[in-house]
Amino acid sequence: MTADEKSNGYLVGSNLERVLRAGHFAVTGELGPPQSADGEVIRKKAALLRGYVDAVNITDNQTAIVRMSSIGAGAILVQEGLEPVIQMTCRDRNRLAIQSDILGAYALGMRNLLCLSGDHQTFGNHPTAKNVFDIDSIQLLHLVTAMRDEKIFECGDAFKGQEPRFFTGAAAAPFADPIDFRPYRLAKKVNAGANFIQTQLVYDVPAFARYMEKVRSLGVHKQTYILAGVGPLKSPGMARYMKKDVPGILVPDELIERMEGAGAPWAGKKADELSKEEKKERSTAWKNEGIQICIELIQTLRQIEGVAGVHIMAIEWEEAVKPIVEGAGLYPRPVVEVEAAPL
Amino acid sequence: MIVAEQKSLEELKTLVSGAEKVVVVGCGTCVTVCFAGGAREAAIAASSLRMASKLEGNPQEVTDVTVQRQCEWEYLDQIAEQVKDADIVLSLGCGVGVQAIAEHFDQTWVVPGLNTKFLGLPTEQGVWAERCAACGDCVLGLTGGICPIARCSKSLLNGPCGGSEAGHCEINPEIPCAWQLIYDRLNSLGKLNVLLEFQPPKNWRTSRDGGPRKIVRQDLRLVMERE
Repeated sequence: MTADEKSNGYLVGSNLERVLRAGHFAVTGELGPPQSADGEVIRKKAALLRGYVDAVNITDNQTAIVRMSSIGAGAILVQEGLEPVIQMTCRDRNRLAIQSDILGAYALGMRNLLCLSGDHQTFGNHPTAKNVFDIDSIQLLHLVTAMRDEKIFECGDAFKGQEPRFFTGAAAAPFADPIDFRPYRLAKKVNAGANFIQTQLVYDVPAFARYMEKVRSLGVHKQTYILAGVGPLKSPGMARYMKKDVPGILVPDELIERMEGAGAPWAGKKADELSKEEKKERSTAWKNEGIQICIELIQTLRQIEGVAGVHIMAIEWEEAVKPIVEGAGLYPRPVVEVEAAPL
Repeated sequence: MIVAEQKSLEELKTLVSGAEKVVVVGCGTCVTVCFAGGAREAAIAASSLRMASKLEGNPQEVTDVTVQRQCEWEYLDQIAEQVKDADIVLSLGCGVGVQAIAEHFDQTWVVPGLNTKFLGLPTEQGVWAERCAACGDCVLGLTGGICPIARCSKSLLNGPCGGSEAGHCEINPEIPCAWQLIYDRLNSLGKLNVLLEFQPPKNWRTSRDGGPRKIVRQDLRLVMERE
């Protein structure tokens, strides 16, 4: 039997792949591992996401801050019955370490892998570290795909035995510069093997629609599954910060004004003029508005041709995923049996 | 050129502490051009160390001399007497110069007066910027003459990461994004199609990753043998 027959036509047969192949609008979430060796943190966060997402991204030392490894946390998620998307950056490992981690992650039951360059270490808590960047994210996509489909290592040597079969993803930054190159860079990632794409946070839907128009003109949306990145705003301050200081994120003023409007009853008061209860009420009002905006974004993004799902980034606020998914009419999540899948 | 920067006077004082006789050796090539270790800087460093040691009550005899190139042994022969006479040689050459002195004078304690920074060029008065990482396998033919190995913070080979904004790198607004520069240049030359090609993982063996490097030119060695 060939791999194709065994897997019923799927590349991998992960839940994420099955949901997407069946034509459902996919939902992925994100889970940031702790800065400790406490596996209980992963289990608690997993409980908040269970049933509400098709797969959960596990970040890999995000913003270059040391955390439990994505594969270690992913193994716990597998034990918990949730499906991880292992994020893998090129910042901390060379091609030897990357390939051995890929073999280990597969053996531990992981089936989705997101290939990233990685945030530069100057942002994190070890800015004096030496970085690696032996390969880049596109070369990583190529490498993972060749291990799966050709059973070869990066050096070209063939290997025997079980190959690591990953449903392979890549990130896209539709609004980063040089902006005209971004759809072509996406095409380059898909040509290198990206089966699915998760984008940077989208708040400016018309700008994203223009990007998707270009992506469609290149035919890329038919060669991969594009999941638009969304995330609930926590406060007007967070919205302003992202607009001003985070590269590649556009936040329309209208959304900042909506967030400010949600805090109107407490407007004009400094933090020390508010009681603890008032601060809590204001925070709840902001968060509710943030969740509502996120729901509306999902509903609008879903109308764009070529958007196959959403990737909800609610790091350190996993509680928000449930109301967002329910509010967007995406609950319950579909169950797609391997046997029932179309070839 | 090799671009270097002088260490602080405090560090220089520590490096030469305990010596009675110090000779500061300048270099007349790259570090002269980048105002870090030429004859002028060697003289200033020597006099600063003399004054500092005097003020601290332990006067040291600090002299200075500058050779045309510290990285070639025949130029070092010219200062053999001064070097052998000193307790410590403070080299204001690049890392190559310091090691050339150590290699040439096996009984000499030599310390570095500079931090060797990079291979680069002056972009404006008083400003130097890195241009080459000496990776040993030049890719400039793929990128319109702008090096992503030296100038992209992540040495990416297949285009810009998501941290490129308004022409600069996310790690520092003072650093131009190499891939924005490459994109603009290829665009203006009508060669953007080059960016669509997949660049495979780089062979880093030609870089420092392959171990210390050496070039042997048989053609030149044969000429020498014939002579």
